[in-house]
Amino acid sequence: MPKVTIDGITVEVEPGTTILNAARKIGGDVVPPAMCYYSKLKGSGGKCRVCLVEISKGSDANPNPMPKLQASCCTPIMDGMEVKNMTSPKVQDMRKGVVEFLLINHPLDCPICDQAGECDLQNLGYNYGVGTTRYQEERRTYERIDIGEKIQLHMNRCILCYRCTYVADQLTDKRCHGIINRGDAAEISTYIQNAVTNEMSGNMIDVCPVGALTDKTFRFKSRVWFLKPYNAHRNCDKCCGKTTVWQFGNEIYRVTARKDEFHEVESDESGNPMWICNDCRYEKKSLSDWIIEGLRKHEGWSVLNQGKYMKATEKVVLDGDIRLQIGRAEDRKKISMNGTNTLEQTLSDGN
Amino acid sequence: MTDYKSISLSGRKKDVSERDMTFMEKLYLPAIMKGMGITLRHFFRPKATIQYPEQKREFSPVFRGRHILMRDENGAERCTACGLCALSCPAEAITMTSAEREKGEENLYREEKYASTYEINMLRCIFCGLCEEACPKEAIFLTQDMAPADYRREGFIYGKEKLVMKIEDPKK
Repeated sequence: MPKVTIDGITVEVEPGTTILNAARKIGGDVVPPAMCYYSKLKGSGGKCRVCLVEISKGSDANPNPMPKLQASCCTPIMDGMEVKNMTSPKVQDMRKGVVEFLLINHPLDCPICDQAGECDLQNLGYNYGVGTTRYQEERRTYERIDIGEKIQLHMNRCILCYRCTYVADQLTDKRCHGIINRGDAAEISTYIQNAVTNEMSGNMIDVCPVGALTDKTFRFKSRVWFLKPYNAHRNCDKCCGKTTVWQFGNEIYRVTARKDEFHEVESDESGNPMWICNDCRYEKKSLSDWIIEGLRKHEGWSVLNQGKYMKATEKVVLDGDIRLQIGRAEDRKKISMNGTNTLEQTLSDGN
Repeated sequence: MTDYKSISLSGRKKDVSERDMTFMEKLYLPAIMKGMGITLRHFFRPKATIQYPEQKREFSPVFRGRHILMRDENGAERCTACGLCALSCPAEAITMTSAEREKGEENLYREEKYASTYEINMLRCIFCGLCEEACPKEAIFLTQDMAPADYRREGFIYGKEKLVMKIEDPKK
């Protein structure tokens, strides 16, 4: 099998694997961020340019470096390839620029946005971006359109990653939304005021890396970091029924698919992505609908961990009286009060 | 080896003698006069206390008192219920629920989301000012006023009616 070295770590992967997937196999810091690539959606990737990496050695056969940075999500590996991601100052500098470009037309309405806290663009800006903006022109804005009663579209926040159109193409039987217009004017829309009502259409909320598509049933209900995510399942005839329910107290505020460390939908044992149907997502918001499996963990740095006690708590036993008696008996020993009761006598007396 | 009774760790140990008092000491008068003299001297010294509540001491400009939720220049509430104050609060004193602004309420709330309830538990609050620091909308501030006393615990849970800046309030 071909070998590839990423940031000095060598890994053996199948021929034809992309650099991004090889890096994900290593995991940790060497994984380039990805805004548009989604491993569970065919054809995604190559649009956002945040995953560009430096290839310092093309292959064993042709050891020349590639002159320009390459998009790791759609560049297949070659045997003996050497890739630099975190160790390349060129890549770091490029990523700062790409974040700036992505944020040019992105409204800074994180305080209002329901995606805040689990937003890929927020994480990206935090990890790679600069704290200030040089952009002085007016941001691009769109007229708000209604795409149905379950999904809220905020076109202003969209970064045109095309993930949602792939979801509609590959998961639903009939796509009724897509990208219209070109270039700077491109926008996600439905053709002639159509509502998006397909059975699996809710998954586009999960794949959206920003807050452009959000759950209307969860709109402004709470902030995600105040909720506790639990893995839960139910018998569903339309989907796998395995989800994450986000609870506040005993109330389920929202239901999402289970997401892995790359914020993609998890796969089950046989490797199929666990997409969930609209019924599970929007309608089943009572605790009696679900069988709760356990608390879900997030990355250590995530704000979603805020104020959550992940360790199992021991049951508290109220044995203050007994402990008091033990203490008294020991005190008596210390001050050598002879002739008084021993601990056993004291306890049996109930003194 | 020294006698342990003579050891003084503080260095201020005085041995008390049990001798009889002299005649002058038995009179007590010189001692009383001495004490009255000290008392009299304090009449003419500057006073350490003030007549609160008529007089009030000036606080430091960085004093952190009770909170206020600000309005913008048009009188609309600045708070959008983003939850960062509650997130940053080390005492977990702040809770809120948010709601969507309806049509026609643009003069009441600045953004499309607003706090429908906003509560600060003043018994929990430690006046650290982290909420003020976390606020991205410059909505919450800690003022120079102190949170007044109350007879009931419920009185210390401040809702929006106590926290939101009154419209006629001068700008702080």
